[in-house]
Amino acid sequence: MSNDSSPPDRRRLIAFAWIWVGAPFAYGVYELVQKATQLFNG
Amino acid sequence: MSSPPVAPPGWSRWLVPPAALSVHLSIGQAYAWSVFKPPLESALNLDGTQSALPFQLAIVMLGLSAAFGGTLVERNGPRWAMTVALVCFSSGFLISALGAETKQYWLIVLGYGFVGGIGLGIGYISPVSTLIKWFPDRPGMATGIAIMGFGGGALIASPWSAQMLDSFGGDNDGIALAFLVHGLSYAVFMTLGVFLIRVPRTEVPQGTRSAPPSAFEGVQVSARSAVRTPQFWCLWIVLCMNVTAGIGILEKAAPMITDFFADSSTPVSVSAAAGFVALLSAANMAGRIGWSSTSDLIGRKNIYRVYLGVGALMYLLIALFGDSSKPLFVLCALVILSFYGGGFATVPAYLKDLFGTYQVGAIHGRLLTAWSLAGVLGPLIVNWIADHQKDAGKHGSALYTLSFGIMIGLLVVGFVANELVRPVHARHHVPAPREAADVERQQSA
Repeated sequence: MSNDSSPPDRRRLIAFAWIWVGAPFAYGVYELVQKATQLFNG
Repeated sequence: MSSPPVAPPGWSRWLVPPAALSVHLSIGQAYAWSVFKPPLESALNLDGTQSALPFQLAIVMLGLSAAFGGTLVERNGPRWAMTVALVCFSSGFLISALGAETKQYWLIVLGYGFVGGIGLGIGYISPVSTLIKWFPDRPGMATGIAIMGFGGGALIASPWSAQMLDSFGGDNDGIALAFLVHGLSYAVFMTLGVFLIRVPRTEVPQGTRSAPPSAFEGVQVSARSAVRTPQFWCLWIVLCMNVTAGIGILEKAAPMITDFFADSSTPVSVSAAAGFVALLSAANMAGRIGWSSTSDLIGRKNIYRVYLGVGALMYLLIALFGDSSKPLFVLCALVILSFYGGGFATVPAYLKDLFGTYQVGAIHGRLLTAWSLAGVLGPLIVNWIADHQKDAGKHGSALYTLSFGIMIGLLVVGFVANELVRPVHARHHVPAPREAADVERQQSA
């Protein structure tokens, strides 16, 4: 039985918020790794 | 003036770090300003000093607005602060776009430097006290996530801005369009923070291991009182020394590694030096979240003992043996840069331990003036000494030996200042509401 007074499930909002900031951050880290490998290859 | 947005029942505290990150990842763009320098210099006929002006003014405004706007941020709450940061930071780009389009460079200095710089300062401190209140059990980790975002902002902006300039062109029209897209994109990106940020209700936040402190629980010191305590100034010295030592390497990393191994059998190429700089950025960012989270386990004073004591040792190793071993040089530099980032990220939690959560954002803002001084001091020491050593006929690692000696001295000064930090005397504490009421009653009786 569901409880009407229970707080809404925020899991989707949490996932959306973390993807929102995580995606550009992952792009930045990827670019950084590409550049950093030059220390060992260059 | 607005009242702080209180979280509805069941609001997850894990929505607060992405809110903070959306602001810090945006304003961290400041460290990628150098991408705009060469096209601006050719499009508007500027020299290197002139093209650095918007960035320099932005950093000055960051320190000033954080120092003077901190109390307003505490009073009006994080949503107000994030809105101000969004408006100022984005408007700065839009004004700069107008400046580039009309070839009025002063508009770029005013827009990016002055208006955008206010956005940097208010945005930097906007989530700090809210994060500490949501994560009373792990304040170091919480502020570490946000402040890591400031480091990460440049990682995103640097390739993104460069690709945009490639597509739009490096003339004034292309730069104007790039500024316009930056302003609009960052406005949209930061909106998430404005929508999601909430201050905790007085009950236990969902998932926390201990109750959050109310505004008057435990030791609480106002920002006005905090700056009159020796503890504040000891921490100011600690931060200033730690940042100076880190910037000293960061600012001159590429020529430094090239000079160190110029006479070796395997000199460092230009692309390898660029890779070294990128690796330092990674260490800086990792230190922000890694060391700051570690401080939740071993304590703030102990982690600063590591930053300053081991940092001095790393500088000594580079000075003595750095030119004989490339891996040793790289490893020591990475450790120093991780301590640099860790120092930034741990200081809000240290302030919370000493002064409580009452006005920790405002106190943090005032402490950031140490960053402004260090930002000038670090590069000045390394560049000035290296230039003079070169004039004296020295070369290679000998150009930096004296600078490293000075850095070790500064870190020792910071270490001593950290040792002098003691709990704040009770006369500086804000009285709890009940105590204040008792005092009032006694006075009126």
